[in-house]
Amino acid sequence: MSGLSHLARASRAILWRELMRFLLQRERFLAALVRPLVWLFVFASGFRAALGLSIIPPYQTYISYETYILPGLCGMILLFSGMQSSLSLVHERENGAMRLMLTAPLPRWFLLMAKLAASALVGILQVFVFLAIAYTYGIKLKISGYALALPALILAALMLGALGLFLSASVRRLENFAGVMNFVIFPMFFCSSALYPIWKMQESSPLLAQICRLNPFTHAVELVRFALYGQSSLPALLWCLGSFGVFFALAIRGYEPAQTRVPAKG
Amino acid sequence: MGRSRAPDALIPAMTEALCVKNLSHSWGAKRALDEVTFTLPRGSFCALLGQNGAGKSTLISVLTGLIRPPRGAVHVAGHDMARAPTAALGKIGVVFQQPTLDLDLSVQANLRYFAALHGIPRRIADDRIVEALGRLGMAERGHERLRSLNGGHRRRMEIARALLHRPDLLILDEPTVGLDAGTRAAITEHVHALTKTGLSVLWATHLSDEIRPDDAVILLDKGRIRADGEARTLSGLEDIPVWFKRVTGGSLCPA
Repeated sequence: MSGLSHLARASRAILWRELMRFLLQRERFLAALVRPLVWLFVFASGFRAALGLSIIPPYQTYISYETYILPGLCGMILLFSGMQSSLSLVHERENGAMRLMLTAPLPRWFLLMAKLAASALVGILQVFVFLAIAYTYGIKLKISGYALALPALILAALMLGALGLFLSASVRRLENFAGVMNFVIFPMFFCSSALYPIWKMQESSPLLAQICRLNPFTHAVELVRFALYGQSSLPALLWCLGSFGVFFALAIRGYEPAQTRVPAKG
Repeated sequence: MGRSRAPDALIPAMTEALCVKNLSHSWGAKRALDEVTFTLPRGSFCALLGQNGAGKSTLISVLTGLIRPPRGAVHVAGHDMARAPTAALGKIGVVFQQPTLDLDLSVQANLRYFAALHGIPRRIADDRIVEALGRLGMAERGHERLRSLNGGHRRRMEIARALLHRPDLLILDEPTVGLDAGTRAAITEHVHALTKTGLSVLWATHLSDEIRPDDAVILLDKGRIRADGEARTLSGLEDIPVWFKRVTGGSLCPA
């Protein structure tokens, strides 16, 4: 049997397993959808009066606050989804399912990449369900925008998933991971352009604005924002590619056999 | 009995399913494996005996490529785990101590997932799955969710799964933990019978009734091999738990 068909078979199986596990956990699917919808329907309604938005690229006209935070909420879904996949990885490390995968006769980087692609697929699926609901609510974009957003969403999902994978390699126990969620998800989300433009942040705190500019999540959100309007943002693209490379390299290093700490019992 | 400490100039021969040489590994300051050397010929059943903390799980993690030891070499069916890990892993079937099944997926889906990880084409995989389930008397249960199976069936299924890619070596880490006496005996019997097909088995345990007089035994104690030979030769006239206590100072569960 050829090596390539083995790789194809294995990655298909890993993608399929992740998808089935997600679809079978209805609560997870529901929670993943309710979170951004609450932000969109409740938070945005209350917040739009407080925030005056000027016309900034890629927008060419005044936009509603709901329209502004749409890409940020897509990013939020991917961020949560990426972290949730890592959470399940930490769980799988403990219950042994991860060992089963890592003892397959395939290069480790490939297995991790397949796992990453699988979690990205699950995240992107959630994003499109969310966008469809937002569409029926009245936040409509050009159909081509949705199509062009796909590659941006893939890159953003891979980058955030790689961050989660790296964290799961570094965090040894499940309890510690809850802390990481608090220390990673919330700072990343709030110190970004997801909920407010960086120039707004600049007015109140130049330091925070600078942190926002350095936050890879900001660039993931901007990449999606520009793509939804059929434009590309080169800095965002480079930031996302670079961050993905760094996070994935760190994740591979974390999962290298020499580095892996399997709890020794006997 | 054909299995002995490897000589210094050992070249892993194709007749050996497993060849371990000078393996050492530490967890921080704790020496988990200390110059572990042994070989396992094809078709042999070898019990890896040791108390909790003796280094069994560390050894299994090294043998399955999950950790790479700073010293020593592992060859599986002639393939070097360090230089050709994928070739070596392709020759190993593993049953971990903790179940590694997706309880919400069907029996068949679990087996197909594993087969795909090992690159077995779908048609061949399905044939082997039907055959494996038939052998376990579970032919009609392929579409059931794993959750509906009892502990014994789940374990048997994990063993069948570990054999789907026709490995040369089957490694089991305390596979009967948590099972009732009857199921334990049946699974022990089943795996002993598998060696007749030429499969080599490394069976980690701390239960003496799982060992037969003509089984090979490797006794691991504080990371070192304390004894290596045929069970009846090692224990002589003593029962295995008595012998174990005398050699290691610790106790072994008789059942």
